Amino acid sequence: MQYLDNIIFLILLVAGFGLFGKSLFKIYRNIRLGREINRSDRKPERWETMARVAMGQSRMVKRPVAGILHLFVYVGFVIINIELLEIIVDGIFGTHRFLATIFGHTFYNIFTATLEVLAILVIIGVVLFFIRRNFYGVKRLTMKELFGWPKNDANWILIIEFALMVAFFSMNSSDLILQKRGVLAEHGSFPISQITLVPFLEIFNFDSGFLVFVERFAWWFHFVGILFFMNYLYYSKHLHIILAFPSTWYANLDLYGKFNNLDSVTAEIKLMMDPNADPYAAPAEGAVAEAPSKFGAEDVFDLNQVQLLNAYSCTECGRCTSVCPANITGKKLSPRLILMKTRDRLEEVGRNIDKNGKFEDDGKKLLNDYITKEELWACTTCNACTEACPVLLDPLSIIFEMRRFLVMEQSAAPQELNLMMTNVENNAAPWQYNQADRLNWAND
Amino acid sequence: MDFTIKTMADYAAEGKSPEVLFWVGCAGSFDDRAKKITKAFCKILNKIGVEFAVLGQEESCTGDPAKRAGNEFVFQMMAMTNIEVLNAYDVKKIVTACPHCFNTLKNEYPNLGGNYEVIHHTQFLKQLMNEGRLKIEGGAFKGKKITFHDPCYLGRANGEYEAPRMLLEKLDAELVEMKRCKTNGLCCGAGGAQMFKEPEKGNKDINVERTEEALSFEPKIIATGCPFCNTMLTDGVKHFNKNTEVEVKDIVELLAEAEDL
Repeated sequence: MQYLDNIIFLILLVAGFGLFGKSLFKIYRNIRLGREINRSDRKPERWETMARVAMGQSRMVKRPVAGILHLFVYVGFVIINIELLEIIVDGIFGTHRFLATIFGHTFYNIFTATLEVLAILVIIGVVLFFIRRNFYGVKRLTMKELFGWPKNDANWILIIEFALMVAFFSMNSSDLILQKRGVLAEHGSFPISQITLVPFLEIFNFDSGFLVFVERFAWWFHFVGILFFMNYLYYSKHLHIILAFPSTWYANLDLYGKFNNLDSVTAEIKLMMDPNADPYAAPAEGAVAEAPSKFGAEDVFDLNQVQLLNAYSCTECGRCTSVCPANITGKKLSPRLILMKTRDRLEEVGRNIDKNGKFEDDGKKLLNDYITKEELWACTTCNACTEACPVLLDPLSIIFEMRRFLVMEQSAAPQELNLMMTNVENNAAPWQYNQADRLNWAND
Repeated sequence: MDFTIKTMADYAAEGKSPEVLFWVGCAGSFDDRAKKITKAFCKILNKIGVEFAVLGQEESCTGDPAKRAGNEFVFQMMAMTNIEVLNAYDVKKIVTACPHCFNTLKNEYPNLGGNYEVIHHTQFLKQLMNEGRLKIEGGAFKGKKITFHDPCYLGRANGEYEAPRMLLEKLDAELVEMKRCKTNGLCCGAGGAQMFKEPEKGNKDINVERTEEALSFEPKIIATGCPFCNTMLTDGVKHFNKNTEVEVKDIVELLAEAEDL
């Protein structure tokens, strides 16, 4: 029975990572349902963008309060996870503070002290975030569109992170007291525990057996907590801690104003304009018949893979919605909701595939069942949303693709826009003026 | 106009080509308010002796509103037709006073075979000023409070924030920035083909929201660099019954006024 701890630890470790891997695979499979898009050009620029925006958080600090608090939590999260390495080794081999033997005395002191400082910053961060989100009334965080799971999810994340950090300090504090009593070998330096929890615990003068229990309990809580949190990600907006990296790497590097030109249309128009083209010509010998393509997007399958990745990466912070001119003036459009609804639909499609082995028509579509025309037609394509997103997501491209579907597949534009488009087509201007009158201003 | 506006066809007939093609755009050609911007720009170019031409009857809509409404077919039809005309005249440099034409010509024409140097009129005027060809003395505007509204398709879409501001500074006016300016600028409400339809239901119109912000600084002039922003903000100013106190003017109109043209 001596190795029972180690065995339980290993089972949990394998199960935790196994489940997490399964979730990641599902996300990967779902994203692959989208259309392929080539975004592997300009690699140096892409690495640079990812380093600057995802790792460097360059866009987060545009809103300084949220930016700095987020930086606390982010840096703390990344570095404290180095400790996970130690936990894993300790857990498997039954060692205690294994890294101390590798790092050496001084460096291990610096390491543990740094972790303590970061951990207290994480606590400050999540507590202020919790207050800000629930009591302070930041509009984008209290909008009706977040009611229900999105709001609870956000709070759960903060609570879990808080609990993990409290466990971390409980572990260090009891460890430190035990080290002072000579029960455990002296490893590490714990400046924050030393001045906060340790004096508090010492008042009660607990016996060493109890402190060993507290230390072990906190250690296990920390470990199980991390595994739980990791697996919770899949169900949460917190997925951004992983997907922000690929999302920024695959981000659109062109100017915001440059919308893509559909190549299928280009081919068609060239044929129309070529006086020598034979529209009835048989396809060239051996040419593979192309699958009938669809213009624009009606469902998640018609969106590209980067757009679907974007939907999973959105952390629902609402910076996009808070700057959207349509949303500010009370229209139904919310860029954040465009991404959230895209993800909801994609998840639904994923569950459908899990159940049936392949996608069986469920009579639903992203268009109308999730995103309404009213939302789509309210967009001014001003790009405020894409400029605001801290991880370079592009809700506008989804809106644009869906407009294309409405217009080119369904001819379902608002009547006034139909009139405008007819004018452009017939009079070469959006208004009903004669092209021959274009230079009249010069003679006024 | 008290001088002749020459077309590309005129230049071609003379066997010459102008320094720059002025892409007037639909608003600049047909909209009574925007025509004043067109004329002001021509007057400045004429005064400093820039050889420019327009396409006149050969110009068509760039296709921007159709594209952004989702009609790729109409967009590309317009684009290909325009490209044929531009390439036939071997056009190298295009200047336009409309950020929507500017954006489309610059960003969406190249992969359809239309490669030109495309610049916004504020960028062109800045160039002319840097070259010493355009000199501005803004006596008429000294100390007047001006606020500049960034057009989305000049600013955020193409990253140009400095050229219009540099020109305004030359007027010796008191330039005040709105809170939502530059990358954080607020749309006037006309982009994405919204100009041509009624807005969706909401609490208020976007141009009213934007004008409210601009008016809160009590400016004498709201400066713009886009004919559509101009219309939207003019309507906004009327909405607040401020049209006798506050003017909405394109930058090029202000420059023409400063030069007493």
